[in-house]
Amino acid sequence: MVQLGFFINNEYCNGCKACVIACKDKNDLEVGVNFRRVYENSEGDYVERDEAFIQNIQTFFTSISCNHCENPACVKGCPTGAMHKREEDGVVLVDQNKCVGCKYCIWNCPYGGPQYNEKIGKMTKCDFCIDLIDKGENPACVGACPMRALDYGPIDELRKKYGNVRDIKGLPSSSITEPNIVINANKYAK
Amino acid sequence: MSKSLFDRINERSLSRRSFIKWSSAVTAPVIIGGIASETKIVDKVNAAGTVKASNEQILSTCSTINCGGRCLIRAHINDGVITRLSTDIKEDTFELPQLRACIRGRGYRQFVYNPDRLKYPMKRVGKRGEGKFERISWEEAIEYIAKELTRLTDKHGPASRYSNYSTGHSGSIIGAGNMIQKIFALTGGYLGYHNSYSSAQTSTATPYTYGTTQTGNTLNTLSDSKLIILWGHNPVETRWGVTDYYVKKAKETGVKVVVIDPRQSNTAVGLADEWIPILPTTDNAMMDAMQYVIISEKLYDKNFIDKYCVGFDEENMPEGVPQGESLVGYILGDKDGVAKTPEWAEKICKVPAETIRKLAREYATNKPSALLQGWGPQRQAFGEQFVRGGTVLAAITGNVGIRGGWASGSGYISLVKTTSVPKGTNPLGNLTIPCFLWTDAIVRGTEMGEKDGVKGLPEGQETLPSNIKAIFNLAGNALINQHSDCNKTAEILRNENLAELIVVSEIFMTPSAKFADILLPSNTFMERWDIGTTWAPSQHAILSQKCIENMYESKSDYEWLTMLAKKLGIEKEFTEGKSELDWVKWSIEESRKKDPHFPTFEEFKKQGIYQVSLENNAVIAFEKQIKDPENNKFETPSGKIEIFSKALWDMNNPEEIPAIPKYVASWEGPEDPLTKKYPLQLIGWHYKRRCHSTFDNNKWLEEAGPQVMWMNERDAKQRKIKDGERVRVYNDRGEVQMPVKITNRIIPGTVAIPQGAWWSPDDKGIDQRGNINTLTSQRPSPLAKGNPQHTNLVEVRKA
Repeated sequence: MVQLGFFINNEYCNGCKACVIACKDKNDLEVGVNFRRVYENSEGDYVERDEAFIQNIQTFFTSISCNHCENPACVKGCPTGAMHKREEDGVVLVDQNKCVGCKYCIWNCPYGGPQYNEKIGKMTKCDFCIDLIDKGENPACVGACPMRALDYGPIDELRKKYGNVRDIKGLPSSSITEPNIVINANKYAK
Repeated sequence: MSKSLFDRINERSLSRRSFIKWSSAVTAPVIIGGIASETKIVDKVNAAGTVKASNEQILSTCSTINCGGRCLIRAHINDGVITRLSTDIKEDTFELPQLRACIRGRGYRQFVYNPDRLKYPMKRVGKRGEGKFERISWEEAIEYIAKELTRLTDKHGPASRYSNYSTGHSGSIIGAGNMIQKIFALTGGYLGYHNSYSSAQTSTATPYTYGTTQTGNTLNTLSDSKLIILWGHNPVETRWGVTDYYVKKAKETGVKVVVIDPRQSNTAVGLADEWIPILPTTDNAMMDAMQYVIISEKLYDKNFIDKYCVGFDEENMPEGVPQGESLVGYILGDKDGVAKTPEWAEKICKVPAETIRKLAREYATNKPSALLQGWGPQRQAFGEQFVRGGTVLAAITGNVGIRGGWASGSGYISLVKTTSVPKGTNPLGNLTIPCFLWTDAIVRGTEMGEKDGVKGLPEGQETLPSNIKAIFNLAGNALINQHSDCNKTAEILRNENLAELIVVSEIFMTPSAKFADILLPSNTFMERWDIGTTWAPSQHAILSQKCIENMYESKSDYEWLTMLAKKLGIEKEFTEGKSELDWVKWSIEESRKKDPHFPTFEEFKKQGIYQVSLENNAVIAFEKQIKDPENNKFETPSGKIEIFSKALWDMNNPEEIPAIPKYVASWEGPEDPLTKKYPLQLIGWHYKRRCHSTFDNNKWLEEAGPQVMWMNERDAKQRKIKDGERVRVYNDRGEVQMPVKITNRIIPGTVAIPQGAWWSPDDKGIDQRGNINTLTSQRPSPLAKGNPQHTNLVEVRKA
């Protein structure tokens, strides 16, 4: 079995959200439903010296979707078995025929991955654009990033290429769900 | 991602079976025409295992909205409906990078299929500006326009007819504004305009240094720089072709990037090694101080200055100018007794003296270095000084004409040249006003002359022959929203005795549309043919293919202007027998005459794009002048780089139009006594989620980038304002109420409202959406007569 994962180059993310909207377009998502999300983290203040301002503002953005975790909390907590992890590539999916829209997965996922669709009363989420991968294309978000700051592939390959970091400031501890992501941390996210 | 990895993923070959299985798990509603249909969702959910063979067609296209990116869009079309968009997927290389769409491009379906699109022609029934209309037919609309246009021309003459500056959906080679001017030209003439709302000050001021606006290099050369300074430049949000990509590539090779901006822009966050916050309108204080450091520490390039420049010190001044007027004289304070030291500048611009000193040394001693100016800081009261200051820094450090350097200034460069549809010759000659002064020309056109920037007045005539009476505002929102001082503009437009005819073509009921007498529904770029190119630096052209049929009763401007031309009896002269598609083909053939590599129409259709490779290919502005000065003069009066401009000197207005760039304390700047009443400076910025005012009503983009005002924690605390609260922002020109984002990503003393929100006054005239132009001034800059929209003082209180 191959496990798919995402690489997030946190250093170059500028918060443009092209990934978010490319994902919405691909999946026809209403406002409020975002399979991929970008968070701003900004800290710091100015020191006022004489009449000048010396800034110490530390800002970075983090783009995150479903991390198709090794131990997905959403799957564990799903009472119907709708939320499941696919054998062949480890992609976490919702079986719409089983989902009753109870939202337990939302409570359990520390990353905000599962996204409830009011119109159909069921849970929805990132499916890794497996249809596009099937056609030899990038997932919508990966192909969208103007900074080429997103990548995907078998997680083993990603780790060989980019390292093992998956804990950065602002994200929950990776020990909870073992997310299949690799991050090049922004200098302010370390 | 590397090819091998791709191959590996493909080799795992997700079977058709697993694809079908996935499809049963698909959760997304299918959207047709932008409206989610629940039936469709149920159908799809139940359709497990019965996926229909797709008859999807993919057409590449490009928006011709006034966007800096002009990216490649691939429209996935099923049964005549665009069901998905993707972007450039060709091999991604340094020489030929993919032209990936940004957030705006990815959101186009919500634009094209927005249910609020104007669907049929309308005629005003209420008072002008009220927004009350009744439906009419295209024939009635054309009849009315033709009649009124003829009446006003008979009464006031052809110079009363004006096509307002508009770039919203005006197209690229077939601009709507140009095409109405062609009709005017064929029926007696018109009042034209010069300048733009984007770049008036830099396009006017840059040539005083270099003789041209073509001062940009190809972006691949940024990797050869040692230091890149982005001064008021935010390409991550504005998009300038793929500037952000090339800055990233440079950074990856170890080039240091410094961003100077009152805001820690997304560019500063994503690309800068160092962000230097500065007060708006005080850039030149910092520039003067950098020059002080470079001059007093003798870090300037003496050989370069001696050989190529005029006006540096008293030894190389033009004739007929008294002592003490050179750059060195000014910087050292020979005449005014004020040395422009970093300590002097710190008090004005709030940048620490040591930061100025350090940057000046880094810039002067790490050659080659590139100082790129954005266009934001030139849209201030004395924006011409910012432009000239940057060019002088580049010149005295010898960073002009060399690979890895950058001449600064406007930064235009065009590797790909397209050919626009000719608009004919104006029988009134080149009679133009600065585009920013059109409201003045409605009220007092017959008093406006050379001092107001009017050009092309016939011999013996000192002022315009007429006020503006007929306005065609085609596919743009500068009729009110993007022009300064909305309240003042509205008052002028409401007076039906001033402008007697206002024709607007639009896609939505924008603030400008509400002021129409006749309002015409425009189609979108997805429904018409055109060719798109990027803002400078332009490395590519994209065929903007028609992807779907006109929606509702909408038409392209060219289509209905052809109807108008027919009514006026000039159809043949207007169309020259050509449809929009014919003009696109004509344009391609014309471009091919100048550039044999330009693709044929069929090739263009197939590849979608014409992109010039930067492999072994670099264009560097003024390279010839520097390598071989004997045979290549600068196009200035002296033939040299003019640090001191005799032409500016001769204008005899040294306080506002100095002959060397200087810090000029700005009205409504931090030194204006008005700060007692309105203590905060207000600037705008080009927000990632809008292209100027286009997409303000796009719900996906509003979610991704809500309309909020940025305010520093200190300023908020003083006013007991909390994050997310609605605030009143006001000055003598008007009031805005909007939510606030409390963030230290903006320098204390300054607030920022992203430009382009649709002006939405309530009963009391208070804008409820957050349009910065409710608060901006119509006072033009002195030299260019350009818009000063980042020069404002305001106060903010809890709403």
